[in-house]
Amino acid sequence: MSLALQTFSSVKDANAALQAAGTRYLGGGTLVVRAANEGDVSVSSLVRVTDPGLSRIAVSGGKVRLGAAVTMAAIARHPELAALAPAARAVGGPAIRNMATVGGNLFAPAPYGDFAVALLALGATVVTEDSEMPIEAFFAARDGSRAIVTGANVALPGTDCFRFLKVSRVKPKGVSVLSIAALLQRAPDGTVTSTRIAMGCMADRPIRALATEKALLGCKLTPREIAPALAVAGEGIAPITDPIASAWYRAEVLPVYLGRLLSN
Amino acid sequence: MAKVPVQFTLNGSEKAEFVESGTTLLHALRDKIGDTSPKGGCHQGTCGACSVIVDGELRLSCLTLAETCSDADIRTTAGLAEGGVLQPLQRAFLDAFATQCGFCTPGMIMAAKVLLDRTPNPSREDVVEALSGNICRCTGYEPIIQAVLTAARANSQNAA
Amino acid sequence: MELRKDYFADVRKDGLHEIGQPRPRLDSPGHVTGKTAYFADRNFPGMLHLKMVRSPHHHARIRSIDTSEAEKHPGVVRVLTARDVPHNVYTILILIQVGPEDETVLADGKVRWKGEAVVAVLAETERAAQEAAAKVKVDYEVLPAVFDMEGALKPGAPLVNEYHGQNYYHYDSGECRKVRFGDVEAGFARADHILEQSYQSSPIEHAPTETTGCVVTPEGNDRFTCYTNTQAMFFTLDNASIILQMPGSKLHFVGGTVGGGFGGKVDVIVEPIAILSAKLTGRPVSFIYSREEEMQISSPRAAEKVVIKDGVMKDGRIVARKVTGYTDAGAYSRHSPYGAQKGAAHYPGPYTIPNVWIDTYCVYTNRTPSSAMRGFGVTIGDFALEVQMDKLARLIGMDPLEFRFINAYRDGDMKAHRQRTEGAALIECMQEASRAANWPVAEKYMAMSSYRKGA
Ligand SMILES: Cc1cc2nc3c(=O)[nH]c(=O)nc-3n(C[C@H](O)[C@H](O)[C@H](O)COP(=O)(O)OP(=O)(O)OC[C@H]3O[C@@H](n4cnc5c(N)ncnc54)[C@H](O)[C@@H]3O)c2cc1C
Ligand code: FES
Ligand code: FES
Repeated sequence: MSLALQTFSSVKDANAALQAAGTRYLGGGTLVVRAANEGDVSVSSLVRVTDPGLSRIAVSGGKVRLGAAVTMAAIARHPELAALAPAARAVGGPAIRNMATVGGNLFAPAPYGDFAVALLALGATVVTEDSEMPIEAFFAARDGSRAIVTGANVALPGTDCFRFLKVSRVKPKGVSVLSIAALLQRAPDGTVTSTRIAMGCMADRPIRALATEKALLGCKLTPREIAPALAVAGEGIAPITDPIASAWYRAEVLPVYLGRLLSN
Repeated sequence: MAKVPVQFTLNGSEKAEFVESGTTLLHALRDKIGDTSPKGGCHQGTCGACSVIVDGELRLSCLTLAETCSDADIRTTAGLAEGGVLQPLQRAFLDAFATQCGFCTPGMIMAAKVLLDRTPNPSREDVVEALSGNICRCTGYEPIIQAVLTAARANSQNAA
Repeated sequence: MELRKDYFADVRKDGLHEIGQPRPRLDSPGHVTGKTAYFADRNFPGMLHLKMVRSPHHHARIRSIDTSEAEKHPGVVRVLTARDVPHNVYTILILIQVGPEDETVLADGKVRWKGEAVVAVLAETERAAQEAAAKVKVDYEVLPAVFDMEGALKPGAPLVNEYHGQNYYHYDSGECRKVRFGDVEAGFARADHILEQSYQSSPIEHAPTETTGCVVTPEGNDRFTCYTNTQAMFFTLDNASIILQMPGSKLHFVGGTVGGGFGGKVDVIVEPIAILSAKLTGRPVSFIYSREEEMQISSPRAAEKVVIKDGVMKDGRIVARKVTGYTDAGAYSRHSPYGAQKGAAHYPGPYTIPNVWIDTYCVYTNRTPSSAMRGFGVTIGDFALEVQMDKLARLIGMDPLEFRFINAYRDGDMKAHRQRTEGAALIECMQEASRAANWPVAEKYMAMSSYRKGA
């Protein structure tokens, strides 16, 4: 058997084709084609959809609908998506960003999925043909999911509310040691009133820093006040080990970078 | 094995070929069409040696399926010199010693070309960013960065 | 760039017209136009693709190999095992009488490192070769493995390579290469200070942008053309001739531009099996390492361990130096016995020391076989020696550069290898370095010369 590509104009038909064994959806292909090149023979058929709706970016009322086929490059250069641009620009080099899609990033295993980390912190919802679910639910069910993701809905954060940090060894492009995204709402006196923090490489997929989020409530973002939140950053993490860094190393540096992101 | 037609323009001339479904653009260009200027250094997206320009955007031909490029406008380093005359970018790579074994060079030149097409007067940071998906193991990056900056200056002098 | 022609002006004709002048590389026009031909730019109709089935174990006995399913796989043309290789056990340096033959082209009865080639699959497409490779069944009995040189040299360690019979290379000088000069123990006895330190390095991969590979075409009359990116054309030709038991006149090797080598393409690995495949199938064959193979399978620079013991006087003279060097060859020799020997020839470094003792061992472990890389046998040694020099200088409270001036070899000095130093230029280099780095040293050192009176 060789690798074959099937092209469909509608998501519905493609979803039907994806029921067959050995079949996988083709987004930008940066991970699936790579796996095939490297000798992964478990996939024998790729399915793609040409519906232009999947590549659409629709901004309205402080919200954005990102089609699943929207690329990192398209997000990075979109005038109304400045808040998301740093996370989109953190993915790969220029050619990868021209190919890598939002949908693929949601499925990318750690150390990849930097953009999905941002989507998790922003509380995005993930849309398929017949459902829309919170991103946490999507991640929880990701392994068994075969349905094509058609897009993600995101509430755009106000200025100064959203912070993103990717740590890599090679600059400006490199695979993540870790990535962190934080959505922070603060009272006029600077105390944190609500927050969502997401981390990449701290499990096989993006996860929330729930203990840290809780400990930050009511704190000002000073080194002294955030110290207890940093102390619990390691709760519930199971960092990956790969050639970039060991789980031990990732766990050690997490509070350091989290501290830098929160206190500057 | 099922063969599928692919048709696109390569460096301005029409190409049509039958390839096996699932063939990468890199294989189609090199083994079917005979343009070996894109190189396969990793087939993983990590080295950038296979970089080509598809409809004005830099892409990795090793991760692109040929079938998805129907009717596209594809540019490679082999098509850069017009009438045998080197482009300023090529001239600068040559003069600045920005090529040693040469394996990364066609990909580097493609990455640099899309940068200069959009940003005629790039900063050093722009160049570093534009080349960040391309690996060179021989020259060190400094001569390459200098070559791109030199080419940008030469372009703007020609335009003036 | 600045050229200092005043040094050695009296011993050198000033005819350096090319040095210091920019000269274009002859191959650059091809590089910037994408026209330079690399081996993989050749494509032949009907070309087969070779994929290697590799050992998943560091050390194991092969109980059986079943290739029947793989042979039936659509697109597969031929599957090769050790039996198909005319002279399966070889070693590259046999050409210069450095034996014994200790490595298999395809594993026979045993694997000694994770990634070792076991079965070669030839198919119409890469994909078919990959799919069929996954269907080859090899039954292994896993054996205890050893990964560090100290462990390998301990009594009772698992024996890595039966062709050697022990876990080190046996030189004509015995278990190691030895240099003995003066009386090192007497030197230690009169030294003001003694410093013994141990230095270690990990294997280093060359990671050339172009991976290792070759393309072979049958030319009729039992002759073959092999397009390869080897850095060692005639070594490869002669070894292929031995492995294939075929006169070299039947083999036409075509080299050309190599997409980065750095020493990593001097081993004879892909060519013999690809030529054999072309011979047995009558078809052109391409065998190109994937990026993963390049990183995991091709030989790295050896891991090394260097133990240096020095006796030094308060005035800065090193009076005794004892070096024990260990080179981790991995499971097979390749170029490592030579690398370890180069170490023996390189220590004690560019310093004149009256009492020297050197032992260098080439050790076998169940790791990826190591081989050549830029200055192998010397580079890691220099790292160890120069760190040691800094530590010695600190120990006696002396400036590290001045400390090197005191010990630098100069013309006429007797080296530990009993050759008189000639053409030394270390003093002058350090004088220039002192100026360039703005690291002043005492005037008497700036007045020194590599020439010694009477030399
Ligand atoms: C050199 C290199 C560098 C990289 N660097 C980074 C990095 O810095 N950060 C990072 O986050 N990632 C990185 N990646 C990984 C990858 O490029 C990105 O994660 C990218 O967003 C994946 O998207 P894709 O469209 O290419 O996915 P594809 O390869 O097309 O698909 C990946 C997986 O997701 C599934 N899938 C894709 N889209 C959908 C959909 N709409 N519905 C259902 N399933 C879908 C596919 O079936 C497949 O299983 C890198 C990859 C490479 C090769
Ligand atoms: S071959 Fe495509 S990026 Fe290396
Ligand atoms: S010149 Fe050799 S890889 Fe760049």
